[in-house]
Amino acid sequence: MTDATASLGSAKTLADALFRRKRLTAFAVPAIIVAYLVYIAIAFDVVGLAQRASSKNAVILASDSWSYKTHVTRDNRRGGTTYAIEGERKGAYEDGTRPAWVTGDEDSELVIDLEDGHVVRFLPDNAVAYDVPGFGTIEAQLVDGSLNTNLSEPVPEWINLSDQRMTITTDAGRVTMTRTRTEVFRYFPGWELFWFTLDSPYHNRSFTEIALGDRIDPDRPNISGAMSDFWNNGMWRHKDVAWAIGETILMAFLGTFGAAMIALPLAFVAAKRFSPFGALRFGTRRIFDFVRGVDALIWTVVLARAFGPGPLTGALAILITDSGTFGKIFSEALENVDEKQIEGVASTGAKPLQRYRFGVIPQIVPILLSQILYFLESNTRSATIIGAITGGGIGLMLTQAIQTQKDWEEVAYYIILIVGMVMIMDSFSGWLRGKLIGRKD
Amino acid sequence: MTDATISAPTRRAIDRIQDSYMVQVRRRRMYGGLTLAIFSLLMVSGFVIADDRNAGGFWDGWRQMLDFPADVVSEAWEKRANLPGLLVKYFPALMETINIAAVSTLIGAMVGLILSLLSTRGLARWPRLIPVFRRLMDILRAVPEIVIALVLIFILGGGPVPAMIAIALHTAGALGKLYSEAAENVDLKPVEGLTSTGANWTQRMWLGVLPQVAPNFLSYTLLRFEINIRASAILGFVGAGGLGFELRNAMAWGPGRFDEAAAIFVLLFGAIVFFDQISSRYRNKLTEGQ
Repeated sequence: MTDATASLGSAKTLADALFRRKRLTAFAVPAIIVAYLVYIAIAFDVVGLAQRASSKNAVILASDSWSYKTHVTRDNRRGGTTYAIEGERKGAYEDGTRPAWVTGDEDSELVIDLEDGHVVRFLPDNAVAYDVPGFGTIEAQLVDGSLNTNLSEPVPEWINLSDQRMTITTDAGRVTMTRTRTEVFRYFPGWELFWFTLDSPYHNRSFTEIALGDRIDPDRPNISGAMSDFWNNGMWRHKDVAWAIGETILMAFLGTFGAAMIALPLAFVAAKRFSPFGALRFGTRRIFDFVRGVDALIWTVVLARAFGPGPLTGALAILITDSGTFGKIFSEALENVDEKQIEGVASTGAKPLQRYRFGVIPQIVPILLSQILYFLESNTRSATIIGAITGGGIGLMLTQAIQTQKDWEEVAYYIILIVGMVMIMDSFSGWLRGKLIGRKD
Repeated sequence: MTDATISAPTRRAIDRIQDSYMVQVRRRRMYGGLTLAIFSLLMVSGFVIADDRNAGGFWDGWRQMLDFPADVVSEAWEKRANLPGLLVKYFPALMETINIAAVSTLIGAMVGLILSLLSTRGLARWPRLIPVFRRLMDILRAVPEIVIALVLIFILGGGPVPAMIAIALHTAGALGKLYSEAAENVDLKPVEGLTSTGANWTQRMWLGVLPQVAPNFLSYTLLRFEINIRASAILGFVGAGGLGFELRNAMAWGPGRFDEAAAIFVLLFGAIVFFDQISSRYRNKLTEGQ
C-alpha cells in the first residue's frame, strides 16, 4: 500500500511538473514573441518612420492612380498658350484645338472653367485672376520679373506664395505661376488616352463607330488602323508593356524548364539508389547546395555583369538557382522510388537505361511535374523582381514608373497587369497539373 | 501446333485486339512526340527571343561569365587583411536582413493562421465567408513582394519596414493556403468534444485544432523563413535596407570596392546555408514523428 501511495505521489509530482512546464511555455512563448516585436519596433525605428511617412505621397498615389490632369500652360516670356494631357508632348492638343472648358481669346481674356464656380482667367500683360468660391478673387501679375498679388499675409495654407512663385491648390485644380510660365491643372477621373492618343483619328470615337461605321482614316481600314494606333499608343506604350510581360513570362518559363532539364540527370548522380560512387554523389550534392545557397540575388548580379541587362540574364539566374533546388527535390524523390517496379521491368530483360525509362521515370514524373509547375508560378513572381534588378520585363517598367514619381496611373496599370499575370500563371499551372497528373489540388 | 487449336474466329478476334492495341500505342507515341516537339520548339524559340532581346549575347557572355567573380575574388584576396573588418562592418546589415525575414514570417504566419482557419471547411467561424477569405489569400499570394515594397518605399521612405510589410503580406497568403490544406485533414472529434463543453470558436481552434496541426504548420513556417531570407535580401537591392542595399552600394562603386562586395557575398551565402541547414534539420525532426 505504501508502494501505491509512493507511486501515486511520484505520479502527482510528475504531473505537477508537466503542468508547471506547460503553464510556463504558455506564457513564455507569447512573451518572447512580444519581446522580439518590441525589439524590432525599436531596431527598425517604427516611431520615427511614422513621423517621416509622407501622407502627401499617399494622397498623390491614391488620387493620381485613377485620374489624370490636363495642363493649360502660358509661356510668360514669349506668350502663347498650350494644352496638353499630363503635360506630355504626346498628349498635346494640336495647334488651333483646345479643350471645350477653355473659352475666350488668348490675346484679350482666356477663361478656364474648373467647374463648381472655380474660374481662372488669363489676362493680358501676364496677369491672372482666379475666382475661388467662398474666398474671393485672387489676382496676380508679373511685373518686371516679380510677382505681385492682391493676397495679404497670412495667406491660407492652400496657397504657397513667394515673390518668385505662387501655387494655389484647390479641390478643383491647381494654378502655378512663375516667371517663366503660368500653368493651370484640371483633374478628371479615368485613364485618358488609354486607347488612342490625340493625334490618332480614332480618338474619342465609340467602339461601334470604329467597328461598323464609315472609314475614319481614308488610308486605312478602321479595324487594322485602330489596332495599329492602339498598339503604338505613345502614352501608354501597349506594345512595350506586352513585350515586357512576355519577357517576364519567358524568363520564368526558360528558367524553370531549363533548370528541370539540367537537374534531372544530375539528380540520378546524387541519389544513393542510382549512383554507386560515393565521392561523385557527395560532390553533386554539394554543387546543388552551393548554387542554391548563392541565391538568385547574387547570381543575378554576377550574370548581369557578363550578359548585360535583359531577359536572358534573368532566365539564367532563375535556371542556375533552381537547378540546385530541383536537384535536391528530384534526388530525394528518386531515393523514395519503389524497387518492385524496377525489378519487374528488369525481369523482362531490360537494360539499365530501359529500366530507368520504364521503371523509374513513371514513378517520379507526377512529383516532378507538380514541383516544376509550382515553381513556374512562383518564378513568374521572381522574374518580376529579377527584372527590376537586371533591367528587363515588367519589373523594370514598374520600377521606372515608380522612380519618375509622375505617372501613377501607369503604376496602377502595371500593378494590375502583374497581379493578373501571376494569377493567370497560377491557374494555368494548376490546370496543367490537373491535366497531366489527373488530380486536382 | 498451337495454331491448330485456335479456331479462325478466335484468331480474328485476337488480331482485332492486337490491331486496336497497336493503334493506341501509336497514338500515344504520336501525342508524346508532339508534346515533346512543341515543348522543344517553345524552349528553342524562347531562348532565341531572350538572346535577341538581351543586351549581351549568350555565347559572348559565357566567356565573360567568370571575369566578374575572378575580379572579385582576386581583389578580395589582395585585400584579404580587410576581410574580417568588413565582415564585422556588414554584420548589422545581415542582422537587419534576417530580422526582416523573421518578423515578416512571424506576422505572416499569425495572419495566415487566422485566415486559414477562417477558410477551412468544417472549421470556419463564418462558413458563408469561406470564399471571401480564400480569394483574399489568393490576392495576397499573387501580389509580388516588390510591388508592395516599392509603393511603400514611396510612401514611408526607404528602410526595413516596407520590405517587412511586403514580405509579411505575401507570407500570410502563401502560408494561409498551405495551413488550410493541412487543416482540412484534421480530426474533428476533439473539436466536437470541446464544443460539448461550451468552448467558443477561439478555444476550439486553440485547443482542438492547433495541437493536431502544429508540427506541419511549424515545418511550413520554417520553410517559409528560408524563402523569406532570400526575399528580404533581394528587396534590399531595390532600396529596402539590409544586406541587399549594401550590396547595391558596393556594386555601384565598381572596381576598387569589390572586397566589400566579396564580404557581402560571403555573409549572405553563409547566412542562407546556415539557416537552410538548421531549418531542414528541425523540419525533419518535426515530420519524423508522423
